[in-house]
Amino acid sequence: MNKKVKILINGIIKENPIFVLLLGMCPTLATTSSAINGMSMGLATMFVLISSNAVISLLKNVIPDMVRIPAFIVVIATFVTIVEMMMNAYVPALAESLGIFIPLIVVNCIVLGRAEAFASKNGVLSSIFDGVGIGLGFTLALTLLGASRELLGTGKIFSQTIYPEQYGSLLFVLAPGAFIVLGFLIAIFNKLQHKKA
Amino acid sequence: MFLSLSLICLTVALLLAQVNKMTATPIAEAKAMKLQNAIREVVPAFDNDPVAEAYRMAGGSGDSLLVYPARQGDELVGFAINSYSNNGFSGNIQIMVGFDMEHHIVNYAVLQHGETPGLGSKMMEWFRDATRPSQSVIGRDLSQGALTVTKDGGDVDAITASTITSRAFMEAVNRAYTVYSGSMEDAWSGATTATDEETEETTNEGGIGNE
Amino acid sequence: MEQKLIVSPSPHVHSGDTIPRNMYAVLIALIPAFLVALYTFRLDALLITALSVLFCVGFEYLIVRFVMKKEPAILDGSAIITGVLLAFNVPSNLPVWILALGALFAIGVVKLSFGGLGNNIFNPAIAGRIFLLISFPAQMTSWPATAIAGEATDAVSSATVLGLLKHSPEALPALQQMFLGFESGSLGEMSAAALLLGLVYLLWRRVITWHIPFTILATVALFTGILFLIDPLPQYNPLIHLFSGGLMLGAVFMATDYVTSPLTKKGMIIYGAGIGFITVAIRLWGAYPEGISFAILLMNAFTPLINTYTTPKRFGEAVKHG
Repeated sequence: MNKKVKILINGIIKENPIFVLLLGMCPTLATTSSAINGMSMGLATMFVLISSNAVISLLKNVIPDMVRIPAFIVVIATFVTIVEMMMNAYVPALAESLGIFIPLIVVNCIVLGRAEAFASKNGVLSSIFDGVGIGLGFTLALTLLGASRELLGTGKIFSQTIYPEQYGSLLFVLAPGAFIVLGFLIAIFNKLQHKKA
Repeated sequence: MFLSLSLICLTVALLLAQVNKMTATPIAEAKAMKLQNAIREVVPAFDNDPVAEAYRMAGGSGDSLLVYPARQGDELVGFAINSYSNNGFSGNIQIMVGFDMEHHIVNYAVLQHGETPGLGSKMMEWFRDATRPSQSVIGRDLSQGALTVTKDGGDVDAITASTITSRAFMEAVNRAYTVYSGSMEDAWSGATTATDEETEETTNEGGIGNE
Repeated sequence: MEQKLIVSPSPHVHSGDTIPRNMYAVLIALIPAFLVALYTFRLDALLITALSVLFCVGFEYLIVRFVMKKEPAILDGSAIITGVLLAFNVPSNLPVWILALGALFAIGVVKLSFGGLGNNIFNPAIAGRIFLLISFPAQMTSWPATAIAGEATDAVSSATVLGLLKHSPEALPALQQMFLGFESGSLGEMSAAALLLGLVYLLWRRVITWHIPFTILATVALFTGILFLIDPLPQYNPLIHLFSGGLMLGAVFMATDYVTSPLTKKGMIIYGAGIGFITVAIRLWGAYPEGISFAILLMNAFTPLINTYTTPKRFGEAVKHG
């Protein structure tokens, strides 16, 4: 069990997909204009990660090596399509604000990366834990980034007003703000990591 | 190799078909809800089904817009018109504008836009702020002439630092009004329910104003 | 920190100057433009400039002292220049808290997070201005009518020359007005004449060379001149482009910043031409009426690349090492 916890923590801290691996930058920068958007994107990705990790780990002995990438992509695309349909059906407003980035989870390199690097070599349970860990790391990072940008840009966190909106700097809601805030968050993350080590 | 890939594809196809079947109705309902709500928001109270009675109507510039007539009993109470502009700061803007029977704007709803958050996106509320009559378009009588922003000699205050968006918004409202005038003429000539006639007028399908 | 900078092969090193001496020369060169601002905007100009300098120096001191935990080198004057230039780039009626945010961004994010003077990629004042322009577009683009232009009080916003050029070219003021500078605009960009006076002083003191400012102005004149010859619309008039907006201020004081501009003469010419070209492109076809600050920022980003490709061959060295 201890090993499973280690896998979990590994995804959140040591191999945090955003702050350490710097993978999946496209949805990270594009969808984090608010905390809720960042968190939803993270959760959607986490669902896909866990499901695809589990299925691929199950099928790892059935899939021939030569066609493993197409097979992985088909599995991942299936789960992404399911997420997309579900979101359109039950949370249409959220689906609209995340737009094209939900279908684009298919090409998120974290998902395929974990399938190739972890799920195709490990057992089902470990793979699920890896999916949860990496997914949580991704979700936390996106929520943090979204919350910081929302706070700096509009004075709110999760739409709760912290200070009046007219004092917010619009730049942080726009694309350049994503780069600047991400840079500072990575710097802080590294600083904390080094302190611990 | 071939077999296993085919099997995987077959399985996921079946799975997806199932999920699609499950979610098809809620998705359609969610879409219909959104349209219904937008119409309800912009025209006076009605008891018919404007979506079922919708028709296309040619506007001034060779395109056509979707018109949703609202009725209370047998009487027409207003029109919701799905209009657009392609001159927004980030391209296409889709709005739903509602008119009563006296050429006044009842309300509007922004359906879709790509304007800058915090600037152009303010148009969702800006032009219907009742506390600021110089920027609100609610209740304006368009038979008095087209709406323009103050910078262009009109009397609607543009959104601060978003003149381009404001101009595009005015363009969309004025486009809706042209179609509204057409609809009114038809209504007075007694062709209130003759949807066939209006569809024939839709000769030019250049508009993007569907959905 | 200072010693690190003196090895920089910028032109001023030949004369044996120190950083402070050059920085104070730049400040002296800014005096004519400041006097014009004082004349047009009265006390507002003094207040904004003083506060901007105070904020920049203050933030630099606090961040260096308490975040970076180093000995602050405030007296090298660079933060003072950033403060003055930032003030020159904003409207004179800008709320003070916005100015403070701009100073914090310029000093904290653009300058010190890269390691301080000498290590920053972008000119802090320009980046600070762009940060404010994008974040607070309403406050940054409502200029007060000048005290000279009419009886209007400072609460009334009025269009700048470039704004008019873009939307209603028939209302343009006389060229002479623009040159002397009593048209509405940001604090320090009022008078092309005063800024040119500053340029002459900087050239005379050899603080900068002619390459960057001259290339920028020549490119703008040439580019708009060609368009003007093809189609003589006021939008293309090269004289209007030269004497309006922040072009002069940018070309003389912002683009020539040692840290963020190329080191070689050839590099400077490429850099200047790039700035001129982008400025005109944004002015004519972009969404913003003025493009000089974006142009400088973009070319700042190209500076390391330009330096790499224009480094002169070392004498006597035949083959490149590895």
